[in-house]
Amino acid sequence: MRNSSMSKNDLILLFCFSAAILAGPIILAPIGAGYPDLLQKFAIFGIFALGFNILFGLTGYLSFGHAAFLGAGSYTAVWTFKLLSMNPLPAILLATLMGGLFAALIGFICLRRSGIYFSILTLAFAQMSYNLAYSVLTPITNGETGLQLRQADPRILDAALGRDYGAVLPSSDFFGIDMTGYPGFYFCAVILIACFFFSMRIFRSPFGMMLRAVKSNQNRMNYTGLNTRPYALAAFIISGMYAGLAGGLLAVTDPLAGAERMQWTASGEVVLMTILGGSGTLLGPVIGAGAIKYFENIFSSFNEGILMKAFDFLPESLQHIMVSISSLFVGEGWHLTLGALFMLIVIFLPGGLMEGFNRLRTWLGNRTGGGDGGAVPDTAPAPSVGGD
Amino acid sequence: MSKKQMSRRGLLKSSAAVGVTLATPTIFTSSAWAAGYTNEPKGKTVTLGFNVPQTGAYADEGADELRAYKLAVDHINGEGDGGMLSTFTSKALKGNGINGKKAVFVTGDTQTKSDAARASAKRMIEKDGAIMITGGSSSGVAIATQGLCQDAGVIFMAGLTHSNDTTGKDKRANGFRHFFNTEMSGAALGPVLKNAFGSQRTAYHLTADYTWGWSQEGSIKKYSEKIGWKTAAAVRTPLGAGDFSQYITPVLNSGADVLVLNHYGRDMVNSLTQAVQFGLRDKQVNGKDFAIVVPLYSRLMAQGAGENVKGIFGSTNWHWSLQDAGSKAFVKSFGKKYGFPPSQAAHTTYCQALLYADACQRAGTFRPSGVGAALEGFKFDGLGNGPTEYRASDHQCFKDVLVVKGKENPSSKFDVLEVVEVTPRAQVEYPATMLGGNLGPYNDGA
Repeated sequence: MRNSSMSKNDLILLFCFSAAILAGPIILAPIGAGYPDLLQKFAIFGIFALGFNILFGLTGYLSFGHAAFLGAGSYTAVWTFKLLSMNPLPAILLATLMGGLFAALIGFICLRRSGIYFSILTLAFAQMSYNLAYSVLTPITNGETGLQLRQADPRILDAALGRDYGAVLPSSDFFGIDMTGYPGFYFCAVILIACFFFSMRIFRSPFGMMLRAVKSNQNRMNYTGLNTRPYALAAFIISGMYAGLAGGLLAVTDPLAGAERMQWTASGEVVLMTILGGSGTLLGPVIGAGAIKYFENIFSSFNEGILMKAFDFLPESLQHIMVSISSLFVGEGWHLTLGALFMLIVIFLPGGLMEGFNRLRTWLGNRTGGGDGGAVPDTAPAPSVGGD
Repeated sequence: MSKKQMSRRGLLKSSAAVGVTLATPTIFTSSAWAAGYTNEPKGKTVTLGFNVPQTGAYADEGADELRAYKLAVDHINGEGDGGMLSTFTSKALKGNGINGKKAVFVTGDTQTKSDAARASAKRMIEKDGAIMITGGSSSGVAIATQGLCQDAGVIFMAGLTHSNDTTGKDKRANGFRHFFNTEMSGAALGPVLKNAFGSQRTAYHLTADYTWGWSQEGSIKKYSEKIGWKTAAAVRTPLGAGDFSQYITPVLNSGADVLVLNHYGRDMVNSLTQAVQFGLRDKQVNGKDFAIVVPLYSRLMAQGAGENVKGIFGSTNWHWSLQDAGSKAFVKSFGKKYGFPPSQAAHTTYCQALLYADACQRAGTFRPSGVGAALEGFKFDGLGNGPTEYRASDHQCFKDVLVVKGKENPSSKFDVLEVVEVTPRAQVEYPATMLGGNLGPYNDGA
């Protein structure tokens, strides 16, 4: 029955998305990103950004505190590992629920305001959570060191099933499949695809339409006698659950939860991801998440040795000049590159990378097929950043 | 029934999906999994992973660590003047790399955050094929990275990490530490503080709020209370706070006459500078001169705090003004390359890189269990700390501890600390069981 309401274009998009994600290790290998840890990060932060986009892209509510849900999810997952079982399923389930619960609480209060006041409120809540996790709740969160597994943890379910991890520290496993390396990535990838599907369904549903209406003119909605807050709250909770799930997955692939996951920089990062990729579009946030994680992990690792090799086709004096200029933008200077890129995108492509892709496609279509450009499937409904 | 029928498109789609699924397992066979142990070096080179903070509160230390690592790699490969290789008592390294393979390195930025440190360590292990990870300022980061290396099956040579937990509660078989710890600092500082300030003192602690701070606070409390001091309060401050004035004001009214700053890096520079600006050192409390103690000192910090460090006591792992042959060779070699003397962070990381290379050479393999066996119980000298032993039961180095004081009349901007006392190893040694924890078995990876 579901398929009847899904358009052909959506099906193709979902299929292409799944294929691209599952083939990630092969596709991304040439640019140096085809290793498990980064692939896992791509998938996990893709989920995080997808969820953020449901709130920001659809309702226009800019939350600056989403990292709190991510952190709450991580802590929940690690505690599940410690107390219940090393199987990732209970961990991500509880992490998602905790994310939702947290979001319901914070959303209930913050959604009484909109615009900048909403942003500030969420930021305040997230910083509160961060500080709680960092120092006050040290018995639960283990402070700055981060919550870690111990051999002596009870793991009730595992113990009940007679599972003994011996003298080594356990790592999470999905019915015998270790959740590190590539299996860990595929686990996250399957969940990412499911999340993408769910997000697509929301975008196409009447509920999604209602959320867009909240974004375009909330006052008018209220005047027609419609109470918009339940819709916004629902969107907030769903996006909190996405964040909790992402946090849980972070703990599944690497069983450690630190307070810095809740810091405002982490909240800012997901905003950047969404805007960079294209807020309000389906694919954009995933692409944005990938771009930022790529910069963070690959660009930051370039050192002078690598640059020297890259420029060794030049004469030596020129090579040294090029290396000293470009070394400003890689290594510890990767933030600089990211900042410049972000500025360029916001100025010239307010709809993010997705707008760039669409423009490119239209341009190519016009060039080759004449008037074919209009037939491009509209996967990116007119994005507008801060325009309303 | 009819719903189950498959359309042509559906068939195409699902067969493509099956194809993708079937293709994926080939990835597993292609990479590191085929080797006998994680990242077994197959070519002419061996890759070392240097994971140091390049941003954040400990960035200065991180930059110096990286310099030292580069120097160590030069010396291992037989470039430069050989540094401490000429004074090191083990002569296994011949200056032709490690086990005949040229040493190369990759770097990562820990950002002084556990998450970022683990991500960059994972990148170096999974993508760059690093056979060992070394580095880390900040014990929280070191412990997090050590756990990761244990899981991944590579050796972790801890850099600047001073918390007891690194080789105590959180020790791991694959992790080794050359640096000393807070227990040793406390044991060494206790008698010196008693001589300098007497036994009728009340201490107020400002503590960096993470594993190292807690450990440091605990050790100093333990040894200062042993010499008769009281503890007025111990206040936790967030790492990288920047402004400590709100924490320093209450000290004045607490009745304490000693301020213990359990801070490191820029935190220590800021808190000490502010404490001095608030006039704490000119105060008289309970008829005694107010004193400040910085249990873990480094030259970089002392330099950062400038005038304010004069006469302030602390402990350090190593100092460039030491006159033994090893230290002199290292300072000369480092100075020649970079133009200034190395810090204790640079020293310990240089030693760790050399010790790792030497252990591989002696073991004739890079296999973590083999390298570990070569390091366990290894006794050596000539690396600037006098006779040193890697204790087998907790993978911690034991050596003499330096108690230092901010110099009153520095002769240069690097000459800021003077050695007050060299506390012999016997006085700072403790049983391995005292700090708890369990090494567990070595992990060679698969």
